[in-house]
Amino acid sequence: MSNLTEKLAPWLFTIGIFAIWEAACRGFNVDKFVLPPPSDAFAEMAKHWRPLLRHSFVTLWTTMAGFALAIVFGVVLGLVVGWSRTIYRGLYPVMVGFNSIPKVAVVPILIMWFGIGEIPAILTAFLISFFPIVVNVATGLATMEPELEDVLRALGAKKLDIMLKVGIPRTQPYLFGSLKVAITLAFVGTIVSETVGANAGLGYLIALAGSSFQMPLVFAALILLAVEGIAMYAVFAYVEVRFTHWAFRSSMSAAA
Amino acid sequence: MDSSVDIADVTLTYHGGSGDVLALRGTSLSVRRGEFAAVVGPSGCGKSSLMKLVTGLVPPDSGKIVIFGNKVAGPVKIAGMAFQNANLLPWRKVVDNVLLPLEIVEPHRRQFRAKKAEFRAQAEALLATVGLAGFGDRYPWELSGGMQQRTSLCRALIHEPALLMLDEPFAALDAFTREELWCVLRDLWQRIGFTVILVTHDLREAAFLADRIHVMSARPGRIVMSKEVDLPRPRDLDVCFTPRFTEILHELRAKIAEVRQA
Repeated sequence: MSNLTEKLAPWLFTIGIFAIWEAACRGFNVDKFVLPPPSDAFAEMAKHWRPLLRHSFVTLWTTMAGFALAIVFGVVLGLVVGWSRTIYRGLYPVMVGFNSIPKVAVVPILIMWFGIGEIPAILTAFLISFFPIVVNVATGLATMEPELEDVLRALGAKKLDIMLKVGIPRTQPYLFGSLKVAITLAFVGTIVSETVGANAGLGYLIALAGSSFQMPLVFAALILLAVEGIAMYAVFAYVEVRFTHWAFRSSMSAAA
Repeated sequence: MDSSVDIADVTLTYHGGSGDVLALRGTSLSVRRGEFAAVVGPSGCGKSSLMKLVTGLVPPDSGKIVIFGNKVAGPVKIAGMAFQNANLLPWRKVVDNVLLPLEIVEPHRRQFRAKKAEFRAQAEALLATVGLAGFGDRYPWELSGGMQQRTSLCRALIHEPALLMLDEPFAALDAFTREELWCVLRDLWQRIGFTVILVTHDLREAAFLADRIHVMSARPGRIVMSKEVDLPRPRDLDVCFTPRFTEILHELRAKIAEVRQA
């Protein structure tokens, strides 16, 4: 019984929020240009399902492409930064500085370089999501128990041995933990770029519908965006449990 | 030429952000082949530094360290080590944790794939001798602290090192488990006959296990007393309740109290 309640809880809460939203719009007689009730948004979704699906798909694939780049680049850079203290010290301030730049400020540059289209969206998703991956991978390596390193070095292990036997496996929970954070950021990047300059994608649709006061369509697109975000988060949460089940049982817990 | 470890007049300084710390000054220590040596002393006296010097992880500022006739210049590649934390790898099964050194030490490393089954059997046999028969396929987090420490001992011994370095390996265990593990270590040592250097602050542990106990001074550490433990072997836990045992403890205690004052 309680187990069932727990399983249903996410659905009940979601439905509950939509119910409150609907009731508030009707009860307070909110202007549809300000906040349309969810029923209108869903009706709009049913009516325009074809373009909505197309734009959703564009957003999904550009986000995933950018995210894939971020994983490759983030893991490599994280390993490099975690490998050597000198590189860590040299590169870290640069990365922090770079990460502090709001990505929305970079989008116009990317559009100038690559033109309006999917490439700026992919690159913005990449730029915004690689940082947490780098930091977490580097942290996983940097927090290796010094005594364990001593045990291995006293056996004649080279730095590469220590990395392969201990460093990289122990980094896994940090990496998978960071992917959950990074995937939601990647969506932010894609949408920012699509809003500023694109001709497809949910961000583009939101900007377009917003400028012509089609508020129910805007909200339909927002809901689809949230669905995509939740779905991808769930995928990476599953991957995390699947690959690093040991980290959930042992005392070593993943970061972020 | 019967000595396995010879430390002669060694000085070691740590260069830290908050200034240099002189950890050891003029330390000399000699351990015979197959001897069980214990090093005791007040906390922060550089006992762990001694471990790093002997295994070649840290070079001394001056002085000489010789192990089995070879001067130490870099990691020695033959030592087994165990620490207060078992430091097992949580993603590996117990038996794979024990096998880790064989994946690194030559010549086992080259044969590791070919002889994996044989090595596995060896590891299981070693686990059985410390009372962990049948636990090889468990994960470390499924074991109690004492069992993890037994596994850590097995990992330190699987490649049959000539030298075993132990840095307070039983300090985090409860009193009963600790005494149990003293006996496990005693039996392993008597069976295999490696040289041991045990760093501890438990005088009973030192007196029960060791052939010779070296007392270190407060920082900068050096050996101020070397005491032969003349209790007959094989020793049983009952030996801890004999007058001679108490006498040795008193003597050690008095010396440590003296160096803590200084």
